[in-house]
Amino acid sequence: MSQPLLQVKDLCTSFDVESGEVRAVNGISFNLDKGKVLGIVGESGSGKSVTAYSIMRILVEPGRIKSGQILFNGEDIVKYSKLQMRQFRGKRVSIIFQDPMTSLNPTYTIGNQLREAILLHTDRTKEQANARALEMLQLVGVNDPQKRLNQYPHELSGGMRQRVMIAMALACEPDILIADEPTTALDVTIQAQILELMKDLQKKLGMAIIMITHDLGVIADMCDEIIVMYAGRICERGTADEIFYNPCHEYTKGLLRSIPKLDSKNERLIPIEGSPVDLTCMPAGCAFAARCDKAMKICLKQLPQEYWINDEHLASCWMNVKKVYDEAAKGGEA
Amino acid sequence: MKEFNTDKLPKKQILSMQIDLSQFEAATDEEKTQHEKMRESTTFFKDGMRRLFKNPLAVISIIVLMILVATIVIVPEIYPYSYSQMIEVNGKRDKTAKNLAPFEYSKNELKAIEQGQEIFPHIFGTDELCRDYFIRVVYGTRVSLIVGLFASLIVLVIGLLYGSIAGYCGGKVDLVMMRIVDIIYSLPDTLMVILLSVVLNQVIGTALQGTFIARIGTNMVSLFAVFGLLYWVSMARLVRGQILSIKNNEYVLAARAIGTKPSRIIAKHILPNCMSVIFISVALQIPSAIFTESFLSFIGLGVQAPMPSLGSLANAARGGMQAYPHKMVFPALFICLIVLSFNLLGDGLRDAFDPKLRR
Amino acid sequence: MSEHLLEVRDLKQHFPISTGWFQKTPLKAVDGVSFTIDKGETLGLVGESGCGKTTVGRTILHLYKPTAGEVIYNGTQITPANIGKFRRDMQIVFQDPYSSLNPRMTVSDIIGEPLDVHKLYSSKKERDEKIAHLLNLVGLNSDHARRYAHEFSGGQRQRIGIARALAVEPKFIVCDEPVSALDVSIQAQIINTFEDLQKKLGIAYLFIAHDLLVVQHISHRIAVMYLGRIVEIGESSEIIANPMHPYTQSLISAIPIPDPDTARVKKRIPLEGDVPSPLKMPSGCPFRPRCRYATDICAKECPSLKEAAPGHQIACHNPHF
Repeated sequence: MSQPLLQVKDLCTSFDVESGEVRAVNGISFNLDKGKVLGIVGESGSGKSVTAYSIMRILVEPGRIKSGQILFNGEDIVKYSKLQMRQFRGKRVSIIFQDPMTSLNPTYTIGNQLREAILLHTDRTKEQANARALEMLQLVGVNDPQKRLNQYPHELSGGMRQRVMIAMALACEPDILIADEPTTALDVTIQAQILELMKDLQKKLGMAIIMITHDLGVIADMCDEIIVMYAGRICERGTADEIFYNPCHEYTKGLLRSIPKLDSKNERLIPIEGSPVDLTCMPAGCAFAARCDKAMKICLKQLPQEYWINDEHLASCWMNVKKVYDEAAKGGEA
Repeated sequence: MKEFNTDKLPKKQILSMQIDLSQFEAATDEEKTQHEKMRESTTFFKDGMRRLFKNPLAVISIIVLMILVATIVIVPEIYPYSYSQMIEVNGKRDKTAKNLAPFEYSKNELKAIEQGQEIFPHIFGTDELCRDYFIRVVYGTRVSLIVGLFASLIVLVIGLLYGSIAGYCGGKVDLVMMRIVDIIYSLPDTLMVILLSVVLNQVIGTALQGTFIARIGTNMVSLFAVFGLLYWVSMARLVRGQILSIKNNEYVLAARAIGTKPSRIIAKHILPNCMSVIFISVALQIPSAIFTESFLSFIGLGVQAPMPSLGSLANAARGGMQAYPHKMVFPALFICLIVLSFNLLGDGLRDAFDPKLRR
Repeated sequence: MSEHLLEVRDLKQHFPISTGWFQKTPLKAVDGVSFTIDKGETLGLVGESGCGKTTVGRTILHLYKPTAGEVIYNGTQITPANIGKFRRDMQIVFQDPYSSLNPRMTVSDIIGEPLDVHKLYSSKKERDEKIAHLLNLVGLNSDHARRYAHEFSGGQRQRIGIARALAVEPKFIVCDEPVSALDVSIQAQIINTFEDLQKKLGIAYLFIAHDLLVVQHISHRIAVMYLGRIVEIGESSEIIANPMHPYTQSLISAIPIPDPDTARVKKRIPLEGDVPSPLKMPSGCPFRPRCRYATDICAKECPSLKEAAPGHQIACHNPHF
């Protein structure tokens, strides 16, 4: 079996703050294959962005990777030096952020910033880099690219800026593009444009994408595989169809139930009761137990392990274990 | 789609685990609520104080200031010497006790000690008029601290009123009021202080004769007047800026939607939220006021003799600096201690309370 | 037509923006908006950022002084002079559960403020009882009253905001993106709370949001705004099933549906370009530069709302069904 492009093994990332250690990411493992689109979905504070920043190793103080491995093509990038990391970022893995305004430098032109990104990782000449910048802007569907090269970020609209960010991220043909809530700050119609563009580019360039979002609609639209996170842990992971049509974790089920559907008039929403856990004082057992209406005694005491539901689906919920027991008991009676 | 198989996780190895079946009973609501922990309730103030006391520099400053305050309150009550009187031995003025070094006794005093009398040592020595230097430095500190506090209070009151009005009214009122501030800001303040001190001294000097204020000196009054006239502008700007930013918060809009009167909005919503920033600024204003007072006293425009202030003590020590360096060192040291403590405390307060640095 | 609870007629809100020395250009945030809301009804107001939907809500409550137009509540026109009387009837719930609660006040102070302002209690005990009742009404524990707002999660804070609005027993609440800042699982809780309160107390809502999925769920009728104007208004099921304005059509097709099978087969109606700046509005129909069906007349004349089907109005010269 071929090696996956990216393997995350038992990654723990913590922030040491005054009130204690915040375990933002608490032992997660997953793989990403070449050319796949992986969606990480979760609520605020579930650790999805921290996972992305850990892979890029761009955690802000006081965050640090506590343990675990991040293997890119079999090499552990957690052990990389600062210099190695600089060469790795942008060339191998690129990231685009939620707010395109703050991630572009307002004092340089678009062309200038694009050229910088290209020159940093390739041995192109300035002219070649210019040509490449123009080519990239055309690729991401920026209208009038020649003019845009000499414009400053504030002269562009939000959607255009996000396109420029994508152009910059893809300029050095990375193997993985991490998109951290790329459309959250944008309007629906612009979001649709950007999602179409990303799908298009993924087909053309064949890079893998890690799509981080809280919007299940975006995930359904884009992703081959999905990871559902809650309180720094993975609840469930598998193919998109498995997660949406055969959810096996109570949190995923609740999440899917709580979204309003088109033409569902008068149908009452079924929310997940309670509030998200406080990451500074994590309870024992399953973090979701207090909000789970099917919670069992064991959920409050012991952390469920990840179990295979089928070849394409893993979930860590005690309900699955109970089901197996129940079936076994039924089999015994019969 | 076999990518997950590379993980070395068991496939449906569930039954191999030994689990007590009773654990699969549904958990009660009570158990669930116990599971959910809620963070301890803290108010903004408590939280800020906790942060403040975690900052060693701020804690040291607080301790130093507390010791200083205790000293200036208690020492003049129990100390055997007075700041304005010559040292007396057996009821007679001791003219030999001139310019003594720290802990040195004068000839007369040594005689008295030989006769079995107990004489309190001169901790910092004496000055050229045979006065105990320690009590003079303590009184100087007292004057300096009081001037610092009162001057900052004046600045606070004027700045707060002016800034609140400008900030809350906005529009043309704000425009005119802030231009006035700009004009005052552009005046050279040191020059203004000196000019005002001299002019005020002559104008109000005669009017105040015989009153309590005359004792601390008309210089002092003009000093406060200078603070009241000039130094409030930065406070007014700060308050206005704070109010402008808080005014745009949705909770102020919500209060308006409820029908709350403007006076209540200012008192309940706007002022409490800019208070921390204002108090921090006051804490940082105190050392600057002390500096100004010391500087004015140093050039002879400060407190009336024989009342000492740290600045005038330092000035007096200038003459014999080579022979009696300690007379310069002690007031200078006290100025440094006070100013440094207030600055560090102000920084500590800002780190602990400024909402911009919290999240 | 006096049976409407609230009627908004040709409401305009222009903000002067200085564009040079002594030169001011009006920013037409709201430019001639009219609608009605009946008792106990929810009108959803959707549109993209910058289309003026928040301004509409705040102008109705006279938090901004309207440039032109009328707001009529229960047959009486609201003016800046008499707005004080209507503060008990109309309330607002804000988007950001963090900046909408004063961090220096306890929950009981926040909810008690409207009670204090309108003197709705005779004794301290009655005040406490009322606060406890309000907290229970929005699904919070009355023990929470002594805590400070920053100790609560986003969803709980939003509930506190709702309780504050409910304290004066209003008949009409402007909900200004009340769920946009919340997580999906919490959104559903708050939406349910709004629906329950409407059933129990008969409150009418103006529900402002950019998320069509949420708006169509909670609203009886929907108004779609684009650049300060309403382009389409009608029954919510009708708007979703049968949008007639080209902008609404694109908007609905752009909703990300959380269902992979639908996503695979769905055809989007892509909208080219961006929303123009409200300072440089195009001539005629504001949607013209992005519209697929634009014709000559669209550049000349701005279409007004016309009845296209019973109870379904659109502002378009070339409606497509």
